[in-house]
Amino acid sequence: MKTVFEKTKGLTDKTFHYCPGCTHGIVHRLVAESLVELNVLDKAIGVAPVGCSVFAYEYFNCDMQQASHGRAPAVATGIKRVLPDSIVFTYQGDGDLASIGSAEIMHAAARGENITVIYVNNAIFGMTGGQMAPTTLIGQVTTTSPNGRDPLTDGYPINMSEMLAQLIGSTYIERVSITNVKNVKHAKKAIKKAFENQINNKGFSMIEILSTCPTNWGMTPLDSLKWLDEKMQSVFPLGVFKEVK
Amino acid sequence: MKKVIFKHDECKGCGLCAAVCPKKIIFFDKSINPNGFHPATVDEQDKCISCGFCATMCPDLIITVRKEV
Ligand SMILES: Cc1ncc(C[n+]2csc(CCOP(=O)(O)OP(=O)(O)O)c2C)c(N)n1
Ligand code: SF4
Ligand code: SF4
Ligand code: SF4
Repeated sequence: MKTVFEKTKGLTDKTFHYCPGCTHGIVHRLVAESLVELNVLDKAIGVAPVGCSVFAYEYFNCDMQQASHGRAPAVATGIKRVLPDSIVFTYQGDGDLASIGSAEIMHAAARGENITVIYVNNAIFGMTGGQMAPTTLIGQVTTTSPNGRDPLTDGYPINMSEMLAQLIGSTYIERVSITNVKNVKHAKKAIKKAFENQINNKGFSMIEILSTCPTNWGMTPLDSLKWLDEKMQSVFPLGVFKEVK
Repeated sequence: MKKVIFKHDECKGCGLCAAVCPKKIIFFDKSINPNGFHPATVDEQDKCISCGFCATMCPDLIITVRKEV
């Protein structure tokens, strides 16, 4: 018998604390497998956010630092500049990256920092109990938009990938999803490419991964995947928004 | 030897694996694991084609897949 799939050595043996069916776990796997396959796990340094993935440092089998809410790109900038041979990534939710951390991510991209940003967009603040995020869809019910997000009072969703792609400093920006086997395989390719860019000193790469939050969306894990495909993707289309060759 | 192996104690019963199995052989056991979930499992090991789809979708990485060579 030949093993065709087993848990990657890029992750520790610790059981994820994520809710049943939460796709943070799939994203963790893709990042860890990419680091192992590119042979950079021993020089990788990850920066964990504030959000449900705050304990990412318990799961990735490499050096990790945990940053204040939204500040991961600033912390990653410092680490990469002091240790330029290391491979530095941030792992951030949409509350962390698109809300309180919107300044840090914009300026890290504008400076063209040679880091890899893993942006997990689940259209809600998961950790704190399902409040509206900048990425929440129009009409989406959250604990702070009980009648659905109303643009008159709450504004419109922010498309971070499209925005950051406009900056001269960014190198590679792609939005992917993990709703089926094909999408997961494609997301892996994108994440791996984002790390390859850093290894080749190409500059700032960000992969936005559309992800589910079954608990706060109030749906089963399978219905969440469907909602992501049908609703979230129409606001956040998949694709490459920037690729400097 | 088994082709698909689940760490039953760590399963969260989310169902993502069962939904993508082309052979529809993954089911939820009657037993309850230490976390309070009915764990996903496969009895009909001979029907498994070792495609790895279940493991690709499992957010908790508790599935190992092997292939006859
Ligand atoms: C300075 C500061 N402000 C607010 C909070 C509360 N807080 C914790 S996590 C979070 C948002 C998490 O949402 P997201 O980044 O989308 O991650 P998710 O939990 O959905 O994965 C907020 C607002 C905090 N911890 N620190
Ligand atoms: S609250 Fe949402 S994002 Fe957080 S672990 Fe649970 S499902 Fe995942
Ligand atoms: S490896 Fe493929 S056939 Fe076997 S249980 Fe998993 S999904 Fe089903
Ligand atoms: S995907 Fe993983 S955690 Fe979810 S039911 Fe299947 S084996 Fe259990």
